[in-house]
Amino acid sequence: MTMTRHDGRELPSSEITSESLWLNRRSFIAAAGVLGAGLVGARAVAANESRAALLGTLAGGPSSQGQDALGKPYGLQPNDRPTPWEDVTGYNNFYEFGTGKDDPKENSQEFVAKPWTVKVEGLVGKPGNYQLEDFLKPSKMEDRIYRMRCVEAWSMVIPWRGIPLADVIKRAQPTAGANFVEFTTLLDPKRMPGQRYPVLDWPYNEGLRLDEALHPLTLLVTGVYGKDLPNQNGAPLRLVVPWKYGFKGIKSIVRIRLTSTMPPTAWNEAIPNEYGFYANVNPAVDHPRWSQASERRIGEFRRRPTLPFNGYADEVASLYSGMDLRRNY
Amino acid sequence: MTPLAGLERQPRGFGVALVVAALVPASLILIALLSDLFLYSRHLGSDPIKEGEHLLGNWTLRFLVLTLSITPLRRLTGWNWLAKHRRTLGLFAFGYACLHLLTWALLDMQIGISEFVGWDDIAEDILKRPYITIGMLAFLLMVPLALTSTKRMIARLGKRWRKLHRLIYVIAPLGVIHFWMSVKRDIAEPLVFALIFAVLLGWRVMDSRRAREAARARA
Repeated sequence: MTMTRHDGRELPSSEITSESLWLNRRSFIAAAGVLGAGLVGARAVAANESRAALLGTLAGGPSSQGQDALGKPYGLQPNDRPTPWEDVTGYNNFYEFGTGKDDPKENSQEFVAKPWTVKVEGLVGKPGNYQLEDFLKPSKMEDRIYRMRCVEAWSMVIPWRGIPLADVIKRAQPTAGANFVEFTTLLDPKRMPGQRYPVLDWPYNEGLRLDEALHPLTLLVTGVYGKDLPNQNGAPLRLVVPWKYGFKGIKSIVRIRLTSTMPPTAWNEAIPNEYGFYANVNPAVDHPRWSQASERRIGEFRRRPTLPFNGYADEVASLYSGMDLRRNY
Repeated sequence: MTPLAGLERQPRGFGVALVVAALVPASLILIALLSDLFLYSRHLGSDPIKEGEHLLGNWTLRFLVLTLSITPLRRLTGWNWLAKHRRTLGLFAFGYACLHLLTWALLDMQIGISEFVGWDDIAEDILKRPYITIGMLAFLLMVPLALTSTKRMIARLGKRWRKLHRLIYVIAPLGVIHFWMSVKRDIAEPLVFALIFAVLLGWRVMDSRRAREAARARA
C-alpha cells in the first residue's frame, strides 16, 4: 500500500508508524535495553539492534494498516514518524496554563471546553455566533499528519484532525475590504490560571493574511491522533499553520474576525524584535538568541536541518514572492 | 547555652558528607539523561537534553549561592570551621558549570556530532548572542579560580589570592544575567536568584563598611 503525498510523490505506508506501534516499540526497546548488558553503551547498541530488527519485521507487515487512522501525511520525509502521544500531549507551550512545558497538561485538567461558542465577525457578509457543533457541522473532518516546528528549535510530527479554515471563511463571505484574519483565545483567568499573571497581554491573539488563511494547508483543529483535542493542546478549537512557527497556532479560539489592517499578535507585541507577524519557518533567518538552521525532533538525538517553510515551500512559497523574508520575519 | 551550641566545632564526617551530597544532583541528572537518551525512559520529559542542560545550569547557580553564603553564615553563627569548605563548594559550582557547558556543546549543539553544526556556528553563537557571550564569560572567569584552588596556590599567591577570588562577585551576577536573558518571558526563577545574590553581596558591602568604621573609631 502506498499513499500519495501532498506534493504528489508517493510515500510508502511502511514509512509511517502508528502511535500504538511507536509506543510499543519504545517500550520494547527499553525492555531490550534493560535485559541487555549492564553498561549503558552496550545497552544502546542492544537497543539499536533490536530497533533495526523490529523495523525489518514491520516493513510491509500487516501492522502497518494502523496508520489509516492517523490520516494523510503532508510534507513528510521518509524518516518523519509521528511523535508519540505522550510527547504531543505532555510537552508544549500554552501559557494560559503556565509557562513550563509540562504545565499545560498539569494545569488544564479541570478545564471544561463544553459548551463552546465561536464568534465570526468583522468584514464579513454573514457574521454569526455559533455553538461549536453548528460551526463545524457543514465541513468534512480530515485527518492530516503535519510537521510542527516550534520557534524554540524543537519539532514534532503530529496527526491532527480538523477542517480547512478556508471553509469557515468562505462561508462567512468576506467583504471587499477584508485583508486579514484575527483570532482570539478565551479570556477567563478563573479557568485559565496562567492568565492571572501578566506574562503576555491577555487574551492571546494571532493573525494571518487572508490568502494565508484561505490556503488549503491551514487547518482549524479539533482533534489529535483521532481523538478530541486534550485541553492542554488547545481544546476545543485551535489553529494549525504547518509552515509557520508553532506560536502562530493559537489555541482555544473564541473569536475569528476579518479586518482590513494587520491585527496585533500576542508574541509580536511582547517581544517585537524576536517574533514577527509572519513567523514563517526559515532556516536562513535566526532568532536573535539562537540559530534556526537546525532543530531537534522530540524523541530523537541527532539534530535535523530545518527546512524552508518547514518543508512546505512547494505549496506556500509563492504566497511570499517578492517579499523580503529577512525583514518580514 | 545558645541555640546554636554544639556546632562550634565541625561535626565528624562533615567534609565527606558535603562532597557526597554535592555529587548527588549531578549523578541523578546524568543517570536520568543517559537513561532517557539510550534506554528511552522519560525521567527528564520529552526533551531530556534541554532539561538536563537547564538543571545543570540551575545547580551551578545554587552552588554559587552556597559558596557566597559561607562567610555571612560564619559571621552570624560563629561556625568558623565552615570557612575551609568554601573552596569545595566553589569547585563544585565550577564542576556543574563544566557539565552545563559540555551538555550544551556536545548534546544540545552537537559539535563534532551533527553535520548541521560546525565550530563556526559555535563561535557565532558565543559572539553574536549576548546571553551565551555572558554565560561563556562567567565560565571563563571561573577557570582561574578553579586553577588556583590548591593549598599550594593559596600559599604562593598570598594576599593576591583573596583579591583574585573576589571575581566570584562578578561571576555570580553574570550567571544570573545569563539565566535571565535566556528565558522567554517567565522571569520568576532568575529573579529569585537575583534577589538572593543581591542579599549576599549587599551584606558584604554593609559588612566592609562596618569594619572600616570600626577601624576608624579605633584609630
